[in-house]
Amino acid sequence: MIIDYEILKFAWWALVGVLLIGFAITDGMDMGVGTLLPFLGKNDPERRIIINTVGPHWDGNQVWFITAGGAIFAAWPAVYAAAFSGFYLAMLLVLFALFFRPVGFDYRSKIENPGWRNAWDWGLFAGGFIPSLIFGVAFGNLLQGVPFHLDEFLRVTYDAKFLWALLPLLNPFAILAGLVSVAMLSGHGSTWLQMRADEVVAARARQYGFYAGIATAVLFALAGLWIWAGNFNWFVIVSQPAYDALPNPLAKEVAREAGGLFNTYSTYPIAMLAPAIGILCPLLMALMSKAGKGGFAFLFSALGMTGIISTAGLSMFPFVMPSTTDPRSSLTVWDATSSHLTLTVMFWTAVIFVPIVLAYTLWCYWRMWGRVTMDEIEARSHSAY
Amino acid sequence: MEPIYGDLFVNLSRWQFAATALYHFLFVPLTLGLTWMLVIMESVYVMTGKEVYKDMTKFWGKLFGINFALGVTTGLTMEFQFGTNWSYYSHYVGDVFGAPLAIEGLMAFFLESTFVGLFFLGWDKLSKRQHLAVTFFTALGSNLSALWILVANGWMQNPVGSEFSAETMRMEMTNFAEVVLNPVAQVKFVHTVAAGYVTASIFVIGISAWYILKGRDLAFAKRSFAVAAGFGLAASLSVIVLGDESGYELGDVQKVKLAAIEAEYHTSEAPAAFNLIGWPNDKEMKVDYGIEIPWVMGLIATRSFDKQVLGISELKEQHEVRIRSGMIAYDYLTKLRAGDKSEETKAAFNEHKADLGYGLLLKRYVDNPMEATEDMIKAAVDDSIPSVPYLFLSFRIMVAFGFAMLALFALSFYYTAKRQIEEKRWLLKLLVLAIPLPWLSVELGWFVAEYGRQPWAIGEVLPTFLAASSLTIADLIFSLTGFLAFYTFLLVIEVWLMFKFARLGPSSLHTGRYYHEQSKPSSLAPAE
Repeated sequence: MIIDYEILKFAWWALVGVLLIGFAITDGMDMGVGTLLPFLGKNDPERRIIINTVGPHWDGNQVWFITAGGAIFAAWPAVYAAAFSGFYLAMLLVLFALFFRPVGFDYRSKIENPGWRNAWDWGLFAGGFIPSLIFGVAFGNLLQGVPFHLDEFLRVTYDAKFLWALLPLLNPFAILAGLVSVAMLSGHGSTWLQMRADEVVAARARQYGFYAGIATAVLFALAGLWIWAGNFNWFVIVSQPAYDALPNPLAKEVAREAGGLFNTYSTYPIAMLAPAIGILCPLLMALMSKAGKGGFAFLFSALGMTGIISTAGLSMFPFVMPSTTDPRSSLTVWDATSSHLTLTVMFWTAVIFVPIVLAYTLWCYWRMWGRVTMDEIEARSHSAY
Repeated sequence: MEPIYGDLFVNLSRWQFAATALYHFLFVPLTLGLTWMLVIMESVYVMTGKEVYKDMTKFWGKLFGINFALGVTTGLTMEFQFGTNWSYYSHYVGDVFGAPLAIEGLMAFFLESTFVGLFFLGWDKLSKRQHLAVTFFTALGSNLSALWILVANGWMQNPVGSEFSAETMRMEMTNFAEVVLNPVAQVKFVHTVAAGYVTASIFVIGISAWYILKGRDLAFAKRSFAVAAGFGLAASLSVIVLGDESGYELGDVQKVKLAAIEAEYHTSEAPAAFNLIGWPNDKEMKVDYGIEIPWVMGLIATRSFDKQVLGISELKEQHEVRIRSGMIAYDYLTKLRAGDKSEETKAAFNEHKADLGYGLLLKRYVDNPMEATEDMIKAAVDDSIPSVPYLFLSFRIMVAFGFAMLALFALSFYYTAKRQIEEKRWLLKLLVLAIPLPWLSVELGWFVAEYGRQPWAIGEVLPTFLAASSLTIADLIFSLTGFLAFYTFLLVIEVWLMFKFARLGPSSLHTGRYYHEQSKPSSLAPAE
């Protein structure tokens, strides 16, 4: 079935959002668990409990990250090209940190040496904490615009080099965004442990979840206030070709406008739901953690992350990657996309396969459900992680 | 002729891609094959109920897990490296190339990775049949993933189903079915997965042979040996019969590769002879000390007695024509990009569009290909052929190893069927020594396929040197060093764990039934 090009362009913006939210709920959960591992697990059996709550699932979860990368390549090749080469060193740090996860999970418990196991535990911590932080930092920078330009043949050049490209990414607002990300993903990980870990660990997770939920809401609200009070110089499209035109970023005119990041909300007040959910649900998650209701805490945490990620996307719409050095080169939902045919093929692939993936993923979680107990860990010392 | 384009920068980018891909491909083939062998072993367990087959599934599954962890680790890099290091490539061909990668994620990675965790940790929580299904989906997922990655790679070699668009300044997909059914991709898929099955078979048969030589866990080892012998014989026949030479007359890149592999410097009368061995001499454009087998290459490459296999000097003549046509294409493209919308310009561009990539080859020497001198054109023509000796030798070593492994599997299968395998200690020793062969072969095969594609990132479309990101040498030194250090560190740990658990054998399952767990070690330890 042929769908209008402009509708597909919009649908792909929404689908990338779905993949990012899916990534946060699944892979974000085990990254959060990794971040908490050395702190909530005081000894080896406790740490093995924590690891085994995500042991069967972390690899499938990680595919949300890989698929989000692949989908951006297929649907927004210009963004894939500009973002990953522009954030080169930051991206390498994410990859190097993630390297610790597969080996950490699989190799850690194969050798009974405390030093070996402790080293991998900190590897799993790095594999959770560093990517969580950097993903937030990346969004914090997108919200301010990044320095790059396209030449007449659409080759992208980042207008800063090596360390001088990396260090400015660590500006105060971006670090705040990074902290929002760490708080929400580690909080999310704690709700998982509340449901799945033996009581000794679950009790600590409830305590942590309470504070993480409050921290997420406060830091997120603070970021909003900062944007408002700091009068962020956002981007507005002055003129551009028709929505269904062949994608060419250089065909538009872009101006800077203070306060522009709130435009979506004044045009579509219903969009206010996203930030409202982003503040309210983490607070509810905190309360549920305190009340010992792990399932609800997980649910509100997932909703809260949906609100927070949606807020970032909605505020920037239609921009995906705005350029500070050459605003015309900014990449938007309308001009960074693939061709009509590719978006169509990928749309139907996603429509068919995402539900199938969700179905068997849920089956796997359902089959492996239940608290991971101390007894079980001791009984399966040679087969469990 | 001095290149204006930073050769060091491009070379560092290429080394990084080659290094990360070669590391990744140390782990992939074993996963492709071992998962199916686990399916076979577990199926026998489910059908017969014999515990030894469950132990086999678990033990070989443990080794699979050690390998799989690094496959995932090194695979992460591959999904993002096109964007980080080949950003112009990502822009220029993402419309076509990105699709199979994304579909791979949705259709294959999810399947493989969601179920693999249950394969390791679900034994107590799943019924027998459910666990077998989990193992099957893991195998299916990993093999589907190879399919989509080779659809993407096949398109780099033979870019069908797509067209260049001057408005968007990139290749765009025109026919998805053509991209998927690309014959080069199909041939590559079959050849690659079969090579993976050979790798896994040698892995299992080599380690099992070692147990038999040591006289321990015989019931376990002989059954594993038999599964590997059968699977390996079928797989190595497939690799050779379905060798991907048959895809070599499609597209210019493949023709060049074939000529280079065969050191066919000049077109010879059909059917062409095959150089069994020799030493290619690029300077004089002939093969020194060559031993030729008449007719064989013509038959393999063209499947006919009368079609010619083009030689390098004739291919170069064709390339020169296309480079000159590509200069004209580039000129019209510049006009179109500057806003000239006249029908004449469009028509003139379309006439030369297919050669645009050849025109871009000149950008190595001059910013505007229209200003290229005769010397530059000659240099670009020379660039259009990869170095012959590397390809000629790599290919021959790969094929020699392939036939050696076929012979080993045939002998193993024969003596297993005759129940004499324990007496053939020379064969068992050879099998242990043969363990590195499949890895050397697949890495050489990768080299032949991808080095043989040079100077192109996308055949006839985008030269490699233009495809790289606009980064600095410092960026690349940092990342290349980081990857090499990290991967080597992890590889050392992986190999150490692999040796440790392979030496331990099925005793590592702690069932109490195997060699190292017996109070009195006995070579007749019961395994059922």
